[in-house]
Amino acid sequence: MALLLPVAVPLGRWLATTGWRWRPVIEAAVVLPLVLPPTVMGFYLLAAMGPETLAGRAWAALTGGSLAFSFAGILLASVLVNLPFAVQPAQRAFEGVGAALREAAASCGMSPWQAFVRVELPLAWPGIATGAVLAFAHTLGEFGVVLMVGGAIPGETRTLALSIYDRVQALDEEGAAAMSLVLLAVSLVTVTLTFLLAGRRGAIRLGP
Amino acid sequence: MPDRRSILRGLLVSALAPAAAHAQRRSTAGPLVAAAADLRFAMDELVRVFRRETGMAIRPVYGSSGQVFQQIMAGAPFELFFSADEDFVFRLADAGRTVDRGALYAIGRIVLVAPPGSDLPLDPEMRGLGERLRAGRVRRLAIANPEHAPYGLRAEEALRAAGLWEAIRPALVFGENVAQALQFALAGGASGGIVALSLVLAPTFPRAARHVPIPATMHQPLRQRMVLLKGAGEAARAFHAWLRGPGARAILARYGFILPDRG
Repeated sequence: MALLLPVAVPLGRWLATTGWRWRPVIEAAVVLPLVLPPTVMGFYLLAAMGPETLAGRAWAALTGGSLAFSFAGILLASVLVNLPFAVQPAQRAFEGVGAALREAAASCGMSPWQAFVRVELPLAWPGIATGAVLAFAHTLGEFGVVLMVGGAIPGETRTLALSIYDRVQALDEEGAAAMSLVLLAVSLVTVTLTFLLAGRRGAIRLGP
Repeated sequence: MPDRRSILRGLLVSALAPAAAHAQRRSTAGPLVAAAADLRFAMDELVRVFRRETGMAIRPVYGSSGQVFQQIMAGAPFELFFSADEDFVFRLADAGRTVDRGALYAIGRIVLVAPPGSDLPLDPEMRGLGERLRAGRVRRLAIANPEHAPYGLRAEEALRAAGLWEAIRPALVFGENVAQALQFALAGGASGGIVALSLVLAPTFPRAARHVPIPATMHQPLRQRMVLLKGAGEAARAFHAWLRGPGARAILARYGFILPDRG
């Protein structure tokens, strides 16, 4: 999550404001994880992270370990898979800020960076936060990609969702039920939080 | 706005907490050991007893032998591998991933199971299953995926030997590994399944479910081999040696494994 936001916020801002011809292609690429089966993502990510690939070798040279089946590996996969959840609401929020307000900020003598930090970011933050909460909830529940890339190794890549799958195979229904309840509660709280934030965004829009 | 800040802080903490917990766990955890899914319950007990006797922790991960083989080839950080089919060990050895060509630790058996409430007649040659099949009264039969799970392949061979394979194919459901095949066999109104004897001898196997061993003459033997992988540490090596001792052999025998004289 801490890794996802620094990528998602600038990307969302850029997509909201750029007039570049190829923008739809980039947008499509960002949204791709939403529509692709997790197995397709998992297959490509595993292929990309293998010990013989460029990424795998670079990682091995840096840390001495393997990227596939490691915590870092599923972290990287999670960032990619959850990008649309964070970028989309951020992009909509930056679009909502509007070109007029950006120009007004510029005519007040603000540099683009100042305008971004002091005008756009405060106005867009409910959208960014919505994206962050959604991405967080979705990361907790991610299953297919994490299983394929991480292999469900205890204490390393076995997430809560994978533990439930493991408990069911071990015929341990009590364990599976307890963990499912936790995940259900966390998801309910985070989604409620998203709706609270979305409600506030409406209030801010009415302001100016 | 204090509420905004507190929400952001809460988000940050929840995002970073798993990473911190992860770093803490890693230092105390033992070596990762990959085991064929038929060992799921036996291995848990072996790991527990080994820890009690030596104080050394082992982290077992279960899967079909074929899947684990793929994971090891893709760089998974396992130190010891228990394969339900020794071929996978030989292929890893040929690929230079292992310390040696491994040791035979057990020979597995398959059983026909019926879940609680199923009236499937159980006999070793599966004649009752054949009659039910001809009468159109077999809903679902669960086996492990024969493509990469050794127990699934042996189940297929036994069904072929019984002359039932072609007829039963539409009713088959495939588990990702033999433990999942058992879960499928016990759940969702399945008529039954063909799984590992070691799984039905576990204390977690429901009392009301039934099982009967399928004769070993109806399929190729399930020769199971363990092997230390390149880079295996002290704890993995100690566990490997301990498994060939009397304590471990007694546990494996209790789970229905046939033991080699000396691997």
